[in-house]
Amino acid sequence: MDGSLGTEREAEGAAQEVPQPGPLGGRPDEEPGARPHPPIPETRTVERLLERLRVICGEGNVIVHEHQLRTYQSDGLLQYKVLPRAAVLPSDAEEVREVVRACYESEVPWVARGAGSGLSGGALPIEDGLLIVLTRLRRILEVDLENQRVVCEPGVNNVAISQAVGPTHFFPPDPSSQIVCTIGGNVAENSGGAHCFKYGFTTNYITGLEVVLPDGEVVTLGGKEVDHPGYDLLGAFVGSEGTLGVATKITLRVIPKPEVARTLVAFFDTTAQAGQAVTDIVGEGVVPGAIEMMDRLSIQASEQMAHAGFPLDAGAGLLVELDGSEAECETRFEDVRRICTHVGAREVRVARDEAERELMWKMRKAAFPAMGRISPHYYVQDSVIPRTRLPEVLARIDELQAEYGLQVANVFHAGDGNLHPLVCYDGHSEGEAERAEELAGKIVLACVDAGGSITGEHGVGVDKKRYMPNLFDEADLAAFQKLRCAFDPAQRANPGKVMPTPRLCGEVPGPYRRHPLEVAGLAERF
Amino acid sequence: MAQAVLRSERPASAPDAAALLRSASEEGRTVRFRGGGTKLGWGRLAPEPDLAVSTGGLERLVEHNVGDLTAVAEAGVALARAQEAFAAEGQMLALDPPAIDGSTIGGVIATGDSGPLRHRFGSPRDLIIGIKVALPDGTIAKAGGKVIKNVAGYDLAKLFSGAFGTLGLITEVALRLHPRPAAMATALLRGADPGALAAAAAALSHAPLEQLALDVSWAGGQGAVLSRFGGATAREQAEAALREGRDADGLTREVVDDDEQLWREQCARQRSQGGMVVRVSGLQSRLADILRAAEGHGATMAGRAGSGLCWLALDERESHEALAAVEDLRRELKPLRCVVLDAPEDVRAALDPWGPHDDRALALMRRVKQQFDPQGVCNPGIFVGGM
Repeated sequence: MDGSLGTEREAEGAAQEVPQPGPLGGRPDEEPGARPHPPIPETRTVERLLERLRVICGEGNVIVHEHQLRTYQSDGLLQYKVLPRAAVLPSDAEEVREVVRACYESEVPWVARGAGSGLSGGALPIEDGLLIVLTRLRRILEVDLENQRVVCEPGVNNVAISQAVGPTHFFPPDPSSQIVCTIGGNVAENSGGAHCFKYGFTTNYITGLEVVLPDGEVVTLGGKEVDHPGYDLLGAFVGSEGTLGVATKITLRVIPKPEVARTLVAFFDTTAQAGQAVTDIVGEGVVPGAIEMMDRLSIQASEQMAHAGFPLDAGAGLLVELDGSEAECETRFEDVRRICTHVGAREVRVARDEAERELMWKMRKAAFPAMGRISPHYYVQDSVIPRTRLPEVLARIDELQAEYGLQVANVFHAGDGNLHPLVCYDGHSEGEAERAEELAGKIVLACVDAGGSITGEHGVGVDKKRYMPNLFDEADLAAFQKLRCAFDPAQRANPGKVMPTPRLCGEVPGPYRRHPLEVAGLAERF
Repeated sequence: MAQAVLRSERPASAPDAAALLRSASEEGRTVRFRGGGTKLGWGRLAPEPDLAVSTGGLERLVEHNVGDLTAVAEAGVALARAQEAFAAEGQMLALDPPAIDGSTIGGVIATGDSGPLRHRFGSPRDLIIGIKVALPDGTIAKAGGKVIKNVAGYDLAKLFSGAFGTLGLITEVALRLHPRPAAMATALLRGADPGALAAAAAALSHAPLEQLALDVSWAGGQGAVLSRFGGATAREQAEAALREGRDADGLTREVVDDDEQLWREQCARQRSQGGMVVRVSGLQSRLADILRAAEGHGATMAGRAGSGLCWLALDERESHEALAAVEDLRRELKPLRCVVLDAPEDVRAALDPWGPHDDRALALMRRVKQQFDPQGVCNPGIFVGGM
């Protein structure tokens, strides 16, 4: 979600010709995308495919020139760059189907991309593969308010849904990048946002999908109604990071807007106190619409951008927003104030009007972009921990900061334990980028040790696949692969993402060929 | 069929269950999973399997992380027992399918059963945050984890929810819990006009209210809309609901403070002993049609007004009449899907309880089945398309 890595980083990427090292100084042969697992198609085959794509989508919608392809070399995670062989911009579902079918017949792997605001390298192209850009599929096909459903194409912006059903209704998943990110991307990543502790994630709001499978077949999963008989393939597809097919039509659920929202920010001397306040608030049965924490460094950075007058010496700021019925909000809001004060808040600031509320949110949302003002570069993580383990994990992050001599700013969705540590570094200083990524990696492992997860909402993509074995053993990964093989036996959809090591499917359509990786003993067939 | 002695196993751990499945695979045997045994009559009628595997030995409530509002339970834990443990800490699993003694957490999840709280909290698939399954190849696989927000790996918990045990045996789940509301109250609207009831339900569904549940019911020519609230101000919220869309619709309106019994009765309409239950995947815009269909067939009805998911219960009748009723319902409510749940064996033998299917989706489902259970060991024949 928080869709920016800072403009500085982008500028640097453009100016610098030397490829940046992969995270953790990844070995060159592990560069993601450089070696997709399907056999690399021959140039002649690709040329024939491109001819076909020009017929399907029109000459101008097939991009092959390097300078134009640079637009698509990264998603929101700019550390990774790969140029695809070509990018194609279909205009509707039928063209997507034909493009995927053509890829299938040419045995060319492909990656689908929405706005490219993802933060895990999930939409990173593959060399010698095709990038299918879905931003032209941006029609809202139907607003069925009576049934609280919207049917749209994948390239529609997240925020456009709430706009289409407002002011009475809204679409709860609200990634910080919601102005630019697409619903198709949200479906692929199972995106979250600041309100998911109470309202849930994208997966809880998708009721139907039309999917182009990697062999070009079109299948309809679910619909406007719920509980269609059969396996919940809809649930399996949402969050599959583009590895099971392309969603070309999305049916989603919208809900009535709450009557009121009440917002406060409480300032504490330490993050431990703020963490205790979160535990106590939730422990008393309050379910805030949002409960977001910022530490001192992120307050200091945001203040430079948002100028909300937050105290720069506070150890932590806790933004709590209650929404719902006016009666219930008023009652529980008093409980929240009492708890914050009881835990030791030095100040509790209540938003008196919408302008003040917006300013508080501006502070929270500025945290990522503002980081550029206090550090030349930063690296963001997305780990999750059980909420009660917050104090020990924060203590561990403090230790790591000292050990590496680097600053870490902490911003988190405190209700669901989703941390976004921002590791600050100066990429121009020799070896600092690698140290920053190593430190970020240690934070991820500390979260896993605390019983958490490597990613709460950004996805595994290429960025976190190396941590998958820390969460899942061989049998787990083999079970994931079974699902993959049911949808995409030839593994042409977004290969090289999510799974930590290349794997093959037992039954590949067409004549059996041993894969080069298999020959080399680097992969085995399941 | 119906041979008296079925070999029965009761594995005491996930590895035991996995070993059982592996040997069944190797020996070419079929297995029927069993939790509390309360929904064994759902799905297609299939030949008796070689082996019954009960989750009765998997009944540990492994963790209740009070501060994190999460729990880990083995599949055989009785839902009622788990709810008691959660309630002792002021919490609940927001899953309230019809209360039948012995329903297990694993069984409720495997069948995707749900109750009125679904309005606010979703179905089992929305409450599972992690899963552990024993697969026919003898491996134990897990997905998800123990945190409420997690996008690492494929969401196999959703794939196994509602899969009726046809992909493998759920041995353990991690669940998200919710605070138990301090008080509850229900706004109750009654009347005999399906159109007025549907309109009132729609008004409530679109109002800026925070309802725990929003149901419609029908029984014996009388219907109701039930809108339930929780929290410190439950009664005030229910009173506010009564003021929504108040026009001359002929409905009576009241707030019920002590509403447990009301909801137990409502829930009970989702099951039938001896009769037949048809679950309709409806829509809000079809609620009036579904209510009229219930009246037309002498059925009782419990429905979730928000999603339009409804259960019609028909009392015992001759099997040809029961079959005709299912056929009529499917025609009258087309294209809504009507799934037969509870039904006498002779009725189940004569129809496909799942109804007509979409060929392409079914082909993909078969590929999923083929991947997880290539030899058809697990609960063969009962699921969609005879899987």
